[in-house]
Amino acid sequence: MSITSYNGGAVVAMKGDKCVAIACDRRFGVQLQTLATDFNRVFQMHDRLFIGIAGLGTDVQTLKHRLQFRHKLFSLREDRVMPPSTFARLVSSILYERRFGPYFIEPVIAGLEEDGTPFICATDLIGAYEECPEFGVAGTADESLFGACESYWQPGLQPEELFETISQALLAAVDRDALSGWGATVHVITLDKIITRTLKGRMD
Amino acid sequence: MGDSQYSFSLTTFSPSGKLVQIEYALNAVAAGATSLGIKATNGVVIATEKKLPTELIDETSVKKIQLLTENTGVVYSGIGPDSRVLVRKSRKSAQSYYTVYREVIPVSQLVRETAAVMQEFTQSGGVRPFGVSLLMAGYDSQGPHLYQVDPSGSYFAWKASAIGKNMTNAKTFLEKRYTEDMELEDAIHTAILTLKEGFEGQIAGDNIEIGIVGSDRKFRVLTPAEVNDYLAEVE
Repeated sequence: MSITSYNGGAVVAMKGDKCVAIACDRRFGVQLQTLATDFNRVFQMHDRLFIGIAGLGTDVQTLKHRLQFRHKLFSLREDRVMPPSTFARLVSSILYERRFGPYFIEPVIAGLEEDGTPFICATDLIGAYEECPEFGVAGTADESLFGACESYWQPGLQPEELFETISQALLAAVDRDALSGWGATVHVITLDKIITRTLKGRMD
Repeated sequence: MGDSQYSFSLTTFSPSGKLVQIEYALNAVAAGATSLGIKATNGVVIATEKKLPTELIDETSVKKIQLLTENTGVVYSGIGPDSRVLVRKSRKSAQSYYTVYREVIPVSQLVRETAAVMQEFTQSGGVRPFGVSLLMAGYDSQGPHLYQVDPSGSYFAWKASAIGKNMTNAKTFLEKRYTEDMELEDAIHTAILTLKEGFEGQIAGDNIEIGIVGSDRKFRVLTPAEVNDYLAEVE
């Protein structure tokens, strides 16, 4: 069994019209046994920046702490928050530092740039960086997520429509994955607010 | 100085609370050629006298104003070789930042890191402070900036400032001439006039150096021909 599928989990992010949404499932397990159904994999860095991290649970949490540390120091020193594109580069650097003993994770970064443009980026476990024009996926259900997103996503979605779209895509995809599921957490980020909702899907 | 109790560090406090080596470093700066900088609404200009000891020196090979990043430049007053070490360290600092963030380092951050290096040399064993003050000029997403960094490592943001030999007169002159709504072209003229005030001999394009950065965010050093054009305008 692959180390990145040891704990399971799925993350997806989508672009809308001047908004982004990012969502994850809530399962935490050890191979086939589910241990928790409230495990959060999407973390807020600042008002307009989130990162979702799929993969080995311990690395998900360690990265979250390291990235929050770096972001807090940055914002103290530079008296500004990090733009998502800059943060994505930072994630890439931090992952590459561990090129020959990597963190077993796949992050998806989602946020709004300073001028309000949506930004989504996904990297692999050693920091290879790709900006996503429409949506980004990661985790044990990634192939199902690709299919679901490709079908449901369309350009110009408003925040409410985007919420529906990303929720349906995530729930549909994790239903086909034994290692993901047990509910979902969805964040929709717009210029003036963030709406967070918890969903109940098939609880298995 | 030879006392074994204090010989591990040149920068031990004197009874009056001063760090004497830093004071002396500032003297070295004050003995150096005059440099000045002026921040305009749409850019920054820095300038310096390029006084060479003899006519035999190839003045085109002497570069006192240096580029640190594509949008930041620096000029110094004091000991030239010391400034080269700092320029090297600053450039490396800026590139490290770019490697991690893929963003050009903001001017204030570069100043902060350079100042931190200068401060290190006032608190480490076996080293002496840098004998230069730097004027760093840049244009980033927050607009135009002009900073002065001293041998102690303290740094200040200025609207207009001068360092080196003639600094008090130059600053008085600048106080009179500086206006908040000055544009880059006016600032260049004012910089030249300020240099002219304390200049010994005939000012020309090959014995002063001028560096500018505008809203295009590209720092560049003016060629002697361009400097001569500005000098002609000022006459």
